[in-house]
Amino acid sequence: MLEFISRMLGRESASSKSVAKERLRLVLVHDRASISPAMLNKLREDLVKVISNYMEIDEAALEFNLCQDDREVALVANIPVVKMKRDYSAKGQDLNS
Amino acid sequence: MGEVIVVTSGKGGVGKTTTSANIGTGLANNGHKVVLVDTDIGLRNLDVVLGLENRIVYDLVDVTSGNCRLKQALIKDKRFTNLFLLPAAQTKDKTAVNPEQMKTLCQELKEEFDYAIIDCPAGIEQGFRNAIAGADRAVVVCTPEVSAVRDADRIIGLLEASELRNPKLIINRLRPAMVKRGDMMDISDILDILAIELIGVVPEDESIVVSTNRGEPAVMDLGSQAGEAYRRITKRIQGEEVPLMNLEVPKGLMDRLKKLIGLG
Ligand SMILES: Nc1ncnc2c1ncn2[C@@H]1O[C@H](COP(=O)(O)OP(=O)(O)OP(=O)(O)O)[C@@H](O)[C@H]1O
Ligand SMILES: [Mg+2]
Repeated sequence: MLEFISRMLGRESASSKSVAKERLRLVLVHDRASISPAMLNKLREDLVKVISNYMEIDEAALEFNLCQDDREVALVANIPVVKMKRDYSAKGQDLNS
Repeated sequence: MGEVIVVTSGKGGVGKTTTSANIGTGLANNGHKVVLVDTDIGLRNLDVVLGLENRIVYDLVDVTSGNCRLKQALIKDKRFTNLFLLPAAQTKDKTAVNPEQMKTLCQELKEEFDYAIIDCPAGIEQGFRNAIAGADRAVVVCTPEVSAVRDADRIIGLLEASELRNPKLIINRLRPAMVKRGDMMDISDILDILAIELIGVVPEDESIVVSTNRGEPAVMDLGSQAGEAYRRITKRIQGEEVPLMNLEVPKGLMDRLKKLIGLG
C-alpha cells in the first residue's frame, strides 16, 4: 500500500534520468575513443620516442591498441624490452652526496 | 572590430535558430550593431522567426558568389535600425558556399558590425564547416536528451579540432517539473558529461511558439520566462556576470502531502 502511494507520488526505483545519464556515459566513452588511424600512429611514434630514452625496445614486435568492451575503453600496449639503458642519474646522485 | 559568434548543435531542431534570433535581437536592443547570418542553405528559417520573410531580395549565396554587394543583401529589421539579416539561399544547396568564402564574408562583417551571429544548420557536413569557418566564438545548444547531448559532445570535439576553443553551452527546453521528478537530466548532469562552460538555461516555454508565430523574438516579451533567459544570455555574451534564473517549480499540494507522510 505504502509502495503504491509512493509510486503515485512519483518515487520510482530508478529514475529515467539516471538511466539516461548512464547510457550517455557509456556511449560517449565509445564515441570519444574513435580516434583516427593517423592519430593512433602518431601516438605510437611518440610513445616509442619517449620509451627509447629509457630502454631499447623491439619496435617491430610492439603491439599497441585501443581495446573496448561494454564498460570501458583501455589503451593496451605490449612492448618487448631488448636492453635497459644504464641509469646515470642515480650514479650522479651518489657522487654528489 | 566586431565579433563573430556561431550558434551550433549537431542535432537538428534543438533551438539554434530560436537562439540566434533571440540573442541577435537582445544584443540590438542593448544598443549594439548586429547582423544575423542564416547559413542553413535550402532550409532558410531565420527570416520567418524574425518576421522578415517578405523583404528578401538577395541572399548569402548572391553575396559570396559576387552577384550583389553585401549592403544590397542585408535586410533591415522592422523594430531595430541597428539589426540586420543576411538570409540563406532557399533554392541552392550547401555546396554553393565554401569555408574560404565564409571567412572572407565574416571578415567584412566584422568591419561593419559589433556582432555577427551565425545560425548553423544541423549536421556536421559542409554546412557546419561553412558556418564555423569565420567564427571567433561558438555557442552550442542542446536539449536535456540523450541524443542531443551526445551530438553536442561530438560538435564540441569538432569545434576544438578547428581551433574554436572553449565553446559555451546553452541548455534549451528544460522542464523543471520533469527534472524534479527525476525524469529529465539536470543542468549539473549535462555539465558533468560535456565538461564545458554554461552560458544559459532556457526553459520549455509556450511563449517561444507564440513569438515565433508572430515573428517577434521572445527576448522582447517582458512576461516570457524564455525571454528572460535570453535576456540574461545576451548580457553574458556582452561579458556581464548574471546569475542563473530560478527555474524551480513552486511547491504544490503534492509536495506538502509527501512531506506530511514522510516521503519528501
Ligand atoms: N525553449 C523552447 N520552448 C518551446 N519551444 C521551443 C523552445 N526552443 C525551441 N522551440 C521550438 O522548437 C522548434 C525547433 O526550434 P529551432 O527551429 O530554433 O531549432 P533549430 O535547431 O534551428 O532546428 P534546425 O536544426 O532544423 O535548424 C521550433 O518549433 C521552436 O519554436
Ligand atoms: Mg535552424
